[in-house]
Amino acid sequence: MLTSNRKTYFNQPDEQGHFGPYGGVFVAETLMQALEELRQNYEKYLHDNDFLAELDADLTHYVGRPSPLYHAERWSRELDGAQIYLKREDLNHTGAHKVNNTIGQALLAKRMGKTRIIAETGAGQHGVATATVAARLGLECVVYMGAVDIVRQEANVYRMRLLGAEVRAVESGSKTLKDALNEAMRDWVTNIDDTFYIIGTVAGPHPYPAMVRDFQAIIGREARQQVQQQAGRLPDALVACVGGGSNAIGLFYPFLDDEAVAIYGVEAAGDGLETGNHAAPLCAGRPGVLHGNRTYLMEDDDGQIIETHSISAGLDYPGVGPEHAWLKDCGRAQYVAVTDNEALAAFHALTRIEGIIPALESSHALAYAAKLAPTLEREQIILVNLSGRGDKDIHTVAALEGIEI
Amino acid sequence: MSRIAATFKSLRAQSRKALIPYITAGDPKPGITVSVMHAMVEAGADIIELGIPFSDPMADGPVIQRASERALIHHTSLRDVLKMVQEFRVDNAQTPVVLMGYLNPIEVMGYEAFAAAAAEAGVDAALTVDIPPEEAGELLSALNRHALNAIFLIAPTTVGSRIETICKVASGFVYYVSLKGVTGASHLDIAGVEQKLDEIRRTTDLPIGVGFGIKDAATAAAVSKVADAVVVGSALVSRVEALADQPDAIAPALARLLAEMRRAMDAQSQS
Ligand SMILES: Cc1ncc(COP(=O)(O)O)c(C=O)c1O
Repeated sequence: MLTSNRKTYFNQPDEQGHFGPYGGVFVAETLMQALEELRQNYEKYLHDNDFLAELDADLTHYVGRPSPLYHAERWSRELDGAQIYLKREDLNHTGAHKVNNTIGQALLAKRMGKTRIIAETGAGQHGVATATVAARLGLECVVYMGAVDIVRQEANVYRMRLLGAEVRAVESGSKTLKDALNEAMRDWVTNIDDTFYIIGTVAGPHPYPAMVRDFQAIIGREARQQVQQQAGRLPDALVACVGGGSNAIGLFYPFLDDEAVAIYGVEAAGDGLETGNHAAPLCAGRPGVLHGNRTYLMEDDDGQIIETHSISAGLDYPGVGPEHAWLKDCGRAQYVAVTDNEALAAFHALTRIEGIIPALESSHALAYAAKLAPTLEREQIILVNLSGRGDKDIHTVAALEGIEI
Repeated sequence: MSRIAATFKSLRAQSRKALIPYITAGDPKPGITVSVMHAMVEAGADIIELGIPFSDPMADGPVIQRASERALIHHTSLRDVLKMVQEFRVDNAQTPVVLMGYLNPIEVMGYEAFAAAAAEAGVDAALTVDIPPEEAGELLSALNRHALNAIFLIAPTTVGSRIETICKVASGFVYYVSLKGVTGASHLDIAGVEQKLDEIRRTTDLPIGVGFGIKDAATAAAVSKVADAVVVGSALVSRVEALADQPDAIAPALARLLAEMRRAMDAQSQS
């Protein structure tokens, strides 16, 4: 037990899911009972040895964990600054960190006797990761996806269908990730008895932000051990991209009490923060209530949620997990933003210099690391979460170069 | 006595049940809302529920989602909605108005500023869909300071201990959501509703309104047999949608449907 006079970041959220003033449960009464049932089961299985052993075995033999920590020596040399280490979540089964969470929640669904899985997806990565585990567990699966995103991420839509999931196009609102989340909530309210809603990031009402964090924290636990084995010490800085914030909190969480480790979350600045066309609620938004929790949002003066822009569908979300809102306010983490163009430059750099094609989401983290590295000494260490691989994005990148694949 | 309590008291004296129509303010354009409110009162509405448009109406089905979208094309804001109520009050001093919506527009205005402005405009109560009692402390104090009622939802899935929690902070009336789902769904089970209302009545003396799934005179009459108030939303809003390009036809069309419901409900209470 940590003594009460020692400062710790591990005691959040409180019973009702609050991270300081953020988080909580802001949903219609129709969902309260389902959330309570989920909270009780999550708290029970989090400490259940059978459950944890099954999760561990799946992460090892199905996902391929632990994922490597890779010292990007050539790129570090080129940047002429700190040593960059990449946590290779791109090498997980299905190609991103998302599966760490979907495996956990799907096993929980099974224990709770649910036979039907629903999910929302933006880039399609979470949808694919959900369809994958649903296929493996023999569960019915419906994925909600904004009509705009369906066009942007055709290949992932087809992947989900191959896996046996039904992909439902969401035509309401801005037809993107936030609307897919609304629609999944509506489905859940309607089919509450047999359905488990697998949220893909650390957003939503309690217990989702805490539960998804706990499933993703395997990233940081492994990385903390690996970097000590390989470099003999903790890193000087952590860098991860922030959409809803799940890969970021997964890396950050186990390091929160290591105060000497600087923490940077990288949001999507889109065309530039000054243009208003971005997806950076922590850098340029303000607190409000959406999707079941209080957090930083992109909203107008009337409290309406505004449309976001990012080249990467996975970062195109107007909210952010409440724990990040809290970490920002208490100063433990810093949140910065990089533009579409900066992310693209990093995408190409890593591909050409290290032979690793990163996801456009992860390219935002890489772009910030590339800015940070030259400001540090050569023996310092930056640990970047390479949250996913870029195969899904090659159409987007090719189209920008006028090439149709 | 609050306008809402007075309304239920006088209805009870006549053995009648309350008819509560819902429309989204500003749908399909802001200019018609006040005249539609008056027409609904003339057709027999006892209380009006006025929806505050929101970009992300998570608990609503497609019909009411699209109503918000239509209203937001004209940027109908919470301040605009309050102005509509103020204008309605010029000619109507007795019909209670309940604002129904999501928390974020209220949060942005500030709870105290909202409650003060709402009371000033002549609003009687607020039903904030996405704030359960556990999170509602500050909002409730602001509403109380300005003598506004706080309406809360109870769902089929709400267990006994939560019913108590909700009824402790609710005022005006409680709103029982008659089915598992979003607004506009249509599988209504009257026997199931009656059973749950009995359970709620063991906890509170507040009147109970029932909404979700009431689409015509027959369902309105059936629900009025077991509830104190009948809330009609999507059935009205889908008529607004159908007539969106003939706004002048909207008030008479809604009035017709409400008058049919009124007659069926009153016939039911006399039988
Ligand atoms: C590869 C990858 N990284 C990051 C994200 C952003 O999500 P989060 O911020 O929850 O990690 C996504 C979302 O789809 C993704 O696919």
